[in-house]
Amino acid sequence: MRGLRKYAFKFFWGVFVLFIMGFFLLPLLWLVTAPFDAKATLRVAIPSKFTFANFQAIFRNTFAVRALFLNSIVIAGGTMLGVTLFATLAAYALARLNIRGRDILAYLLVLFSSVVQGTAAMVPIFLLLFHLKLIDTYPGVIFVLIGGLLPTGIFLMRDFVAGIPKSYEESALVSGARPWQVLRDVLLPVLRPGMMVLAVWSFVQAWGDFLISLIVMRSPAKMPAPIAIYSFYTEGGTPVLTLVSAYSLIYALPVVFLYLFVNWRYGFRFFGGIKGGGR
Amino acid sequence: MQKKPSSLVLSRSTGLIFLAPALLFIALFLFFPLVWVLIISFTDTTLTGPAAANPSFVGISNYTGLFDFSRWMRLGNFGNALRNTIIFVLGSAILGQVPLGLAIALAFHRRKGLLREIVFSLATIAWILPGVAVAFAWIAFLDRDFGTFNALLALLGLPKIDWYFDYPLLAIIIFNIWRGTAFSMLLFSAALGNIPPSYWETADVIGASSWQRFRDIIFPLIRSNLFTALILVTLWTFNVFTPYLITGGGPLYRSETVPIYTYRVAFKFFEFGKGAAIAVVMMTINFILASFYLLMQRRRVG
Repeated sequence: MRGLRKYAFKFFWGVFVLFIMGFFLLPLLWLVTAPFDAKATLRVAIPSKFTFANFQAIFRNTFAVRALFLNSIVIAGGTMLGVTLFATLAAYALARLNIRGRDILAYLLVLFSSVVQGTAAMVPIFLLLFHLKLIDTYPGVIFVLIGGLLPTGIFLMRDFVAGIPKSYEESALVSGARPWQVLRDVLLPVLRPGMMVLAVWSFVQAWGDFLISLIVMRSPAKMPAPIAIYSFYTEGGTPVLTLVSAYSLIYALPVVFLYLFVNWRYGFRFFGGIKGGGR
Repeated sequence: MQKKPSSLVLSRSTGLIFLAPALLFIALFLFFPLVWVLIISFTDTTLTGPAAANPSFVGISNYTGLFDFSRWMRLGNFGNALRNTIIFVLGSAILGQVPLGLAIALAFHRRKGLLREIVFSLATIAWILPGVAVAFAWIAFLDRDFGTFNALLALLGLPKIDWYFDYPLLAIIIFNIWRGTAFSMLLFSAALGNIPPSYWETADVIGASSWQRFRDIIFPLIRSNLFTALILVTLWTFNVFTPYLITGGGPLYRSETVPIYTYRVAFKFFEFGKGAAIAVVMMTINFILASFYLLMQRRRVG
């Protein structure tokens, strides 16, 4: 009886895992096959006419290349720098200063940003940028992204800083180091892994953003990749699947590489911190 | 009594300087819009025309327009979008992502190896890939004539399903489960990893069944995480815009959620006043939901 139950459990476990793998893998296959097919349809199939011509066509399109290799990189890179720097400073200060209720405060700020960021704040953010003359500029998009991502960035980083004992800095100071030396030689090395994760996370968030650029950017020369991709449509309004799939793949690859890098270097997982304010 | 300084390196004033840039950005791009959207929602602000230069105060007419119950459930109106959003959040977040994420975390609890690595990587990649790229992938996946899903049904001898025409809301629910389960999975996986191994050893010794283990060990210890997952996933799902990239809210507004409706009103018709009113209603619902979960979470723990 016990043995039977054990086999039944193993069987259902296997079925479940197989189902999950199929569920997460199958929708992605098209992004891997269609770009190499000279006659790509919406069908997933081993390309009958294997080709790199779709990619060549994209690299000949200066508008699309500029969107991907200039605009998207400027937006994601700028956001990454801002979020990493400001969130690290703020998280460090929060962890080392005695501010009452800071844990709850940090958590509420994350909830708050989840509510306000996105579609709910579109109208005031558009008007704000309009008055600041930041519509159709890189800083316009970058600032909005930084503001939206900072609460979660601080939350992630705060957890990391909290794990570093104060004695690190104190012993360095006692042995006569100047504060900025402590910052550079003691703190920066131990904070670096956390900052790396923060940088990758914010880059990926900004890289994938569609809505804010859609609202803020006006001129084609400044459109990032997720908006430029909608230029690969026929006059009749149907997507040119060879180009759309190839462009999607190039656009998605950096995220996959960053994931593989973080997973290999640090292990992609959450640490104990995301418990919420309940305790 | 001499008060011990909180830190030798960081004086209070330096600490405030460190906090300043973050606070500035959060104030300017999160708090200020929250206040301003409230003000705009009582005006007739538009992008162009006379109302753009000096909008006038219109009282609560933007709100009464939304809640005109004689026609608000019609396709393309607010009631329809709200109904779709409730079904979308219930289906893809509360009954979808959170239970599925917990199930995956449990299935691979105390297991290591290639299989776990593959499943976790696939789910995580689905979560972090750019929305536009996965939107095209899903347009292909659920396509009536060529989609992989219908090809699998055909292998089983089942008829084709025209997802984006017959079941557009269900289609974006399934998409969103695929898209976001990784967060709950990673969160529960970390929570389960924090349970001391001695608990399992004790359970092994007394021969506790899987259900007993779940009820008496796992559930009480991850209850707080469960509420955190529910809060965040509910709020994110409520506000998510990615389904727009797949169905555009269609056909005939049948998969139009509140964020898509807001976007259409505010940035297709540039009725900022009305768009702001929708945003205010949306944020109010979000705050009520978040407070409800937070209260539940605190009460259970305390």
